[in-house]
Amino acid sequence: MANVAEANPVTNTAASVGGPSWTRWLVVVVPYIWLILFFVAPFLIIFKISLSDTAIAMPPYLPTFDGFGNLGEFFSELDFENYIFLTEDPLYIWSYLSSLRIAAISTLLLLLIGYPMALAMARAPSSIRPTLVMLVILPFWTSFLIRVYAWIGILKPDGLLTLLLQTVGLMGPDQQVQIFRTDYAVFIGIVYSYLPFMVLPLYSALEKMDNSLLEAASDLGCPPWKAFWKITFPLSMPGVIAGAMICFIPITGEFVIPDLLGGADTLMIGKTLWTEFFGNRDWPLASAVAVILLIMLVVPIMIFQNQQKKVV
Amino acid sequence: MAKTLGPVKRKFSPWTDPNAVPFIRFENITKRFGDFVAVDNLTLDIYEKEFFSLLGPSGCGKTTLMRMLAGFEEPTEGRILLQGQDIRGVPPYRRPTNMMFQSYALFPHMTVEKNIAFGLEQDNMPKGEITARVQELLKLVKLEQFAKRKPNQLSGGQRQRVALARSLAKRPKVLLLDEPLGALDKKLREETQFELMDLQHTLGMTFLIVTHDQEEAMTVSDRIAVMDKGIIMQVATPAEIYEAPNSRYVADFIGDINIIEGKIAETASALGAPGTVRIESEGLSIAVDQECQAVKGDHVAFAIRPEKVRISLDAPADGSINAFYGEVWDIGYLGDFSLFIVRAEDGRFLRAAQANVSRLVDRPITFGDMVWLTWSRDAGLVLTR
Repeated sequence: MANVAEANPVTNTAASVGGPSWTRWLVVVVPYIWLILFFVAPFLIIFKISLSDTAIAMPPYLPTFDGFGNLGEFFSELDFENYIFLTEDPLYIWSYLSSLRIAAISTLLLLLIGYPMALAMARAPSSIRPTLVMLVILPFWTSFLIRVYAWIGILKPDGLLTLLLQTVGLMGPDQQVQIFRTDYAVFIGIVYSYLPFMVLPLYSALEKMDNSLLEAASDLGCPPWKAFWKITFPLSMPGVIAGAMICFIPITGEFVIPDLLGGADTLMIGKTLWTEFFGNRDWPLASAVAVILLIMLVVPIMIFQNQQKKVV
Repeated sequence: MAKTLGPVKRKFSPWTDPNAVPFIRFENITKRFGDFVAVDNLTLDIYEKEFFSLLGPSGCGKTTLMRMLAGFEEPTEGRILLQGQDIRGVPPYRRPTNMMFQSYALFPHMTVEKNIAFGLEQDNMPKGEITARVQELLKLVKLEQFAKRKPNQLSGGQRQRVALARSLAKRPKVLLLDEPLGALDKKLREETQFELMDLQHTLGMTFLIVTHDQEEAMTVSDRIAVMDKGIIMQVATPAEIYEAPNSRYVADFIGDINIIEGKIAETASALGAPGTVRIESEGLSIAVDQECQAVKGDHVAFAIRPEKVRISLDAPADGSINAFYGEVWDIGYLGDFSLFIVRAEDGRFLRAAQANVSRLVDRPITFGDMVWLTWSRDAGLVLTR
C-alpha cells in the first residue's frame, strides 16, 4: 500500500484527507458484504433449489450438496423442469399478470391520493410541515399486520363501516357492506398501507422546488392551474418515479394484504408462492416462482434507474 | 462579447414637466407583513421609457415594492396605477409587466429556447412567430449556439442572459429587474450594464431595477430612489444624488463621503456672499456656499467627498477656514487614485482622494507626514437631516 501511495501522490493526498486508506476501503466494502451475505447468497440458494426436484425428505428437495466428491453427479441432477412447468399451468401466468395489474392500479390510486397530499404538505407554512411529516409517519408506530387486521374489523359485513353507514342512514338495518374478501378490500388495504411510501418521496421532491419558478411562470402569463402541469408536475417527476417504484415493487409481491382482505379469487403471486411453499411443500417450484418474480421486478427497476440518470 | 458603448445620453427629464402623466404611480403604498412594515406610506411616480432604480440596503422594502408592481404581493394600503389604471387584484399573469428574477428562476427542465418561448406560448402566439422571436432574442443576448442547452449546462453569466431574454420576450410595457447583475463579476457586470441601457433605449421600454449596488444604479439609471426602512429618502438623477444628497443617510449610502458634525455659526453675508453659511465644529471653521434653511445654532452636518478635498504639505495661504491639519494615518492605493486618511490632533479623521496623474511609485506625501487638507466653499454641502 505504501508503494502505491508513493507512486501516486494524488491518492496519497486524498488518503491523508479522508483518514487512513483502510477505513475508506472498509466503508465501501461493508455494504457489499451485507449484500452478498443477505441477498446474493440467499438468492443463489433459492436458485439452486429451483433447479432441484421435490422429494419427501428433509429438506424436501433433491439433490442436496454432500461434498465436493460428487460434484458432477450433483450438477447433473439439476434442471429447468420447474420453470417449464410454470409456463404450462396457466395459474402461474395469471397470478403474475394479476399481481402486476393490482400493483399497477394500486400505484395509480396511490399517486392520485398521495400527490395532492404531498403538494398540500409542501405548500403548508414551514412551521407546521414537520408536524405533517410526523403524521404521515405515525402509522408506522403500530405493526403493519395489526393495521391490516384492523381493516378486517372495519370492512367485514357486520363491521364498523356497515355500522357507520347504518347509523348515518345511508344503509338500511338489513343491508351490509359487501366488500370484505373482494379485490376492493385488497385495494383499500394496499392504498392505506403504502400511502406513506408514496407521499414521502413526492413531498421531498415538491418541498425543495423553488417557489420563484411558479412566480416566473405566472409573471410570463401562465395561470396557476396551467403552471402546475408545465412546471410543478414535470419537476416532481423524480419523486413520482421514486414513489411509484417504492410502491409498485413490493405490492407486486404482496402476500399479507390479499391473504387477509382478499377473497379466494384474488390471485396474487405472493399468495401462490406461499401456497406452493407451505401448502404443497413444493420448495423447488416455489423457488422457481420467486426467481421469476425477482427477474420480473429487476428489469423495470433497471429501466427506471437508467431513466432517472437521464433526467438528472 | 464585444464591448458596446451606451447611447449618447439623451435629454430626458419628464419628471420636471408638470404636465407629464406618470406611467406608474405608487400612491400612499403601505405593506405590512404581520407587525413588520416593509413599505411605509410611499408615493412615487415613474415615467414612460424611464430607467428607474430602487436603491437601498437589504430589507429596505425595495424588492417588496417591485413585487407589488408585478402582482406577487398586494399592498396593505394605497394603490398602484399603471397607465392610470388601478391594478389591485389583477393577477400577475394578466399584468403587462415582466420580471427578471434575482435567482433567474429559469425552468430547469426546459431548454434555453423553451424557457424564452414560455411566455409567448402562454399568449398562443403562432409557432412560426415564436420561433422567429426566440431567434431574435437569442441573437440579442448572444446565445444562439446554446439554444438547445438546459440551464444547468450554462455558466452564471449565460443564465443571466437567458433570464433577461425570457423577460424581454413578451415585450412588456414595464420590465422589472431584481438585482439582475448580482451574480456577475465586475467586468461582465459593467459590460452588461451598458447593454441594458442600450436595450432599454432601443426597445423603448420602462425599466425598473432593484439593486443594492450604488455604482450599478448610478451607471444605468435616469433616476434613482434611495430607500431606507420602507420610505424613500430621495428621488433624483444620479448626479443630483451624488452631488446634492438631501440627508446624511443618502450622502453616506452613495459613494465615499466625509461627514463632520457641527453647529451653524453664521448664516449672513458676513462671509462675503449671500447664501453662505459658516459651521463651527470643535475648532474647525467651515464655510459653504449654500442656501440653507437652518439658522444659527442649529446642529448640522458638513459633508464633502474625498475627491473634492485637496492635500498639501504647505499651509493654505487664505487662513484657517476650510482647512484641516493632521497626520497621514493611512494611504489606500487604488491604482487610479490614492485615498489619504488624515488624523487631526483631536482624533478626528478626514479622507482625501488624489488622482494618480503621474506614474510615481514614491509619492511625495507618505505615512506620518503632517499635511493640510483644504477645500473650496462650493465643494461640500450642509445636511440638516
